[in-house]
Amino acid sequence: MKNVVVVGNGMVGYKFCEKFMERNLREEYKLIVFGEEMRPAYDRIHLSTYFDGKTADDLVLADSDWYTDNGIDLRCGVMVSSVDQDKKTIITHQGEEFAYDYLILATGSAAFVPPIQGVNKQGVFVYRTIEDLESIESYAARLKKLGRSQAVVLGGGLLGLEAAKALKDLDFEVHVIEMASRLMCRQLDDEGALLLKDQIEELGIEVHLNKMTAEISGENEISKLFFKDGSHLAADILLISAGIRPRDEIAQNCNIETGPRGGIVVNRQMQTSDPSIYAIGEVALYNDMIYGLAAPGYLMAEVALQHITGEAAEMVDQVDMSTKLKLMGVDVASFGDMFGEYQNHRKITYLNRHEGVYKRLNVSSDGTRLLGGMLVGDASEYNMLHQYVANSLPLPENPEVLILPASGDSMEGPSVSDLPDTAVICACENVSKGAIVSEIMERGASSFGEVCNCTKASTGCGGCKPMVKDLVDETLTKMGVVVKNNICEHFPYERHELHDLIKVKGYKDFDEILDGEGHGDGCEICKPALASLFATIYNETANRQEVIQDTNDRFLANIQRNGSYSVVPRVPGGEITPEKLIVIGEVARKYNLYTKITGGQRIDLFGARLEDLPPIWEELIAAGFESGHAYGKSLRTVKSCVGSTWCRYGMDESVSFAIEMENRYKGIRSPHKLKGGVSGCIRECAEARCKDFGVIATESGWNLYVCGNGGANPRHAVLLAEGIDNKTCIQYLDRFLMFYLKTAQPLQRTAAWLEKLEGGIEYLKQVVIDDCLGICQELEDQLQYMVSTYQCEWKQAVETPSIRKRFSHFVNSGEGDEHMEFVKMRDQKMPRPWIK
Amino acid sequence: MYALLEKYQTVQKAHVRKWHKVGRVEDFPVNAGACVKINDQQIAVFHFARKGKWYATQNLCPHKFEMVLSRGMIGDQQGLAKLACPLHKKTFSLESGENLNGDLPPIATFPVKVSEGFVYIGMGH
Repeated sequence: MKNVVVVGNGMVGYKFCEKFMERNLREEYKLIVFGEEMRPAYDRIHLSTYFDGKTADDLVLADSDWYTDNGIDLRCGVMVSSVDQDKKTIITHQGEEFAYDYLILATGSAAFVPPIQGVNKQGVFVYRTIEDLESIESYAARLKKLGRSQAVVLGGGLLGLEAAKALKDLDFEVHVIEMASRLMCRQLDDEGALLLKDQIEELGIEVHLNKMTAEISGENEISKLFFKDGSHLAADILLISAGIRPRDEIAQNCNIETGPRGGIVVNRQMQTSDPSIYAIGEVALYNDMIYGLAAPGYLMAEVALQHITGEAAEMVDQVDMSTKLKLMGVDVASFGDMFGEYQNHRKITYLNRHEGVYKRLNVSSDGTRLLGGMLVGDASEYNMLHQYVANSLPLPENPEVLILPASGDSMEGPSVSDLPDTAVICACENVSKGAIVSEIMERGASSFGEVCNCTKASTGCGGCKPMVKDLVDETLTKMGVVVKNNICEHFPYERHELHDLIKVKGYKDFDEILDGEGHGDGCEICKPALASLFATIYNETANRQEVIQDTNDRFLANIQRNGSYSVVPRVPGGEITPEKLIVIGEVARKYNLYTKITGGQRIDLFGARLEDLPPIWEELIAAGFESGHAYGKSLRTVKSCVGSTWCRYGMDESVSFAIEMENRYKGIRSPHKLKGGVSGCIRECAEARCKDFGVIATESGWNLYVCGNGGANPRHAVLLAEGIDNKTCIQYLDRFLMFYLKTAQPLQRTAAWLEKLEGGIEYLKQVVIDDCLGICQELEDQLQYMVSTYQCEWKQAVETPSIRKRFSHFVNSGEGDEHMEFVKMRDQKMPRPWIK
Repeated sequence: MYALLEKYQTVQKAHVRKWHKVGRVEDFPVNAGACVKINDQQIAVFHFARKGKWYATQNLCPHKFEMVLSRGMIGDQQGLAKLACPLHKKTFSLESGENLNGDLPPIATFPVKVSEGFVYIGMGH
């Protein structure tokens, strides 16, 4: 048994352990790992997500049990202070001695703190470890209490900008100070960096270039920064991110060669000047360079391990420093020889200041090969361009098409099928195209998820996901497998196919269709999807098959974050009488509910206990209210302006039309929620073009728009028909809605549906207006059927004792949930904050 | 909030000290869940009729610590009976309590028996 000692438990040190474990070496080697930090290795790439609510535990790559289970002796919180090369032992800071046959130095790097006067003052931090982030967080919280919020970040590199974003999110006023003449000077040229600076400044972060810090002043705590140009800046907190320095102290203190500016010199096998000692990751000086990225570090771990176990292994000559990341919402990527430093090249650039996009290609002087480049603002071509570089693929005759925005007839780039088998698809895990293809062809992997599980592709930064997905789809298609978007593992069908099966075979409930067409017991994906289809076809309410409804539909209310529910009565078109307003107020007061006006022109009552829902609705229904279906994938509201009834600009009665539409389509279940809007003139006060369907009155009639939405990806609705009357409008809407209900994927909103619809809006016009499929009569009949069989499901629920029984927290007790707590907020209540 | 989580520990059938009667079979929805109270504990009970089985777990979601698991949907993943939390769709094995789509700690599970039309949950006390 030989001893392998690893000093350092960062991302690369961990990768070494993982590869060791995969090779099943525990019989031959004993692996001992020393980590200086108190916790096992964590994901430093996503360190900033700590401020988005990720905990230190979320970031840990593998917990200590994993090491134990795999026979790895991990010792956290232990520093290795020296090495005795003659005796082949290491000595820890506690004086313990461990023998090694092979020693791996994976000590990484530390933040470089420039020797500025005053750098030791309170309020000065580096941004490197979870401990750093914890100290920043608590110091920032203290400052906020004192009402101080001026933050400065020293260093405009990648990490500095991430730190700036984190401080901005903590509500600080943030300044970034960069010594050089541009941001991210290792990845971007002047044009690219300028564009990035503009976009960062738009977020309210101020960037100062060409600025050298002279002194950090303040009594005990930092209060001001003075610069060499004589200017100064107030600062309550300072984060330093001015580069890294390799942690090579161990080598410095013994007889191992280090570089003049730090770093442990290694050969192609990652051996240091002492052949039984290896260095990997950010501490290793290979080809006179330090590589501050995960992928090269992982590769070094692999090479070192292979060399130890006697396999022939060599580090690549040219280390790939390509990266792609999202920085404050801006895509930034650079690949290959990004600055064109190593070969003669010709530059091709595309700059669009209006859209905030910059792209640069460095093309070989004969124009046949891509050497490198960079992308700012839109990095969607990154994977493909990176492949051109990595595999020396021949460029098309006009290489500029690779970065020009797609116009209708632009040529497509090469697809994954054009790549050679050796092409590295996932750089983090070093997975080649050949490996992925053989996983599918030879070992039978049949989905993206399976391929990722087996090959580890896409499990690192995830940037290669689209490419891996394309490759899986293409390989499966080539093998004759039809690639479909089946709704889940239980049904080999897409949603629209299930719709047709129910219609043709007359399935009446979930168990029946599962036994007839699927297998297993169903899941949280297929159950609600089929509930929606049964509702579309038979217009049944959520009460008939309660157990296949998603939780909101099962209890006919929106579950809130503490398990309480919200109640939203329908207020068609947003029109409500004073009497009804009073009833809502009285109910809210009686049941102690938080009230808020919604974006859809109605009133939401929050904080209802499960057992209070039926009595609340009983009172609302008695006053003439109906369910607002705010909990369902169904019609929410049709928003309106007051229109010609009151408004001096109104061209038509928008409120009346909105009420008519809302009452017509209420209760309809659909693949996703549906919202409508009616505006009385082109001033568009009802925001109808942000809705799934919207109409706007003009002098010559209504203009009908479809497939818009707000939300995460706002889309404007597109014009379906113009200058039409009320009747035609309803007719087109009936056809459009029914066509969407029948053909969309589960949880696909109208905008996404239209985007995938072959032929787009022109085709939709042909179907809905010209009836090119000859189905319009059928669509209208089906929709009319739903309109004429509408029932208020809350009325059904309160009047049926067996349904009412569902609304009690305990089966065996009449008590409510004692765990649910509310606290005061302004003059109302809110759920107590989530327990951390 | 570990005290709250600690309160719920898996009970193996062999270690049951007391079977608590919690209701009639027909009090529970078929192929879905409902919650019962045993002493000061909230237990989610699932009548998984498609598998001909009953399952019981803690009602506390281990992600945000709310008493909601009984209101989640049940189903299977590659044949393994599972539960999806209604708040964020975290899924758990109904057999072992293990979190199937993340790294949350497992939820506690309890044995269930049905006798003469009544449902019993096995607890350590």
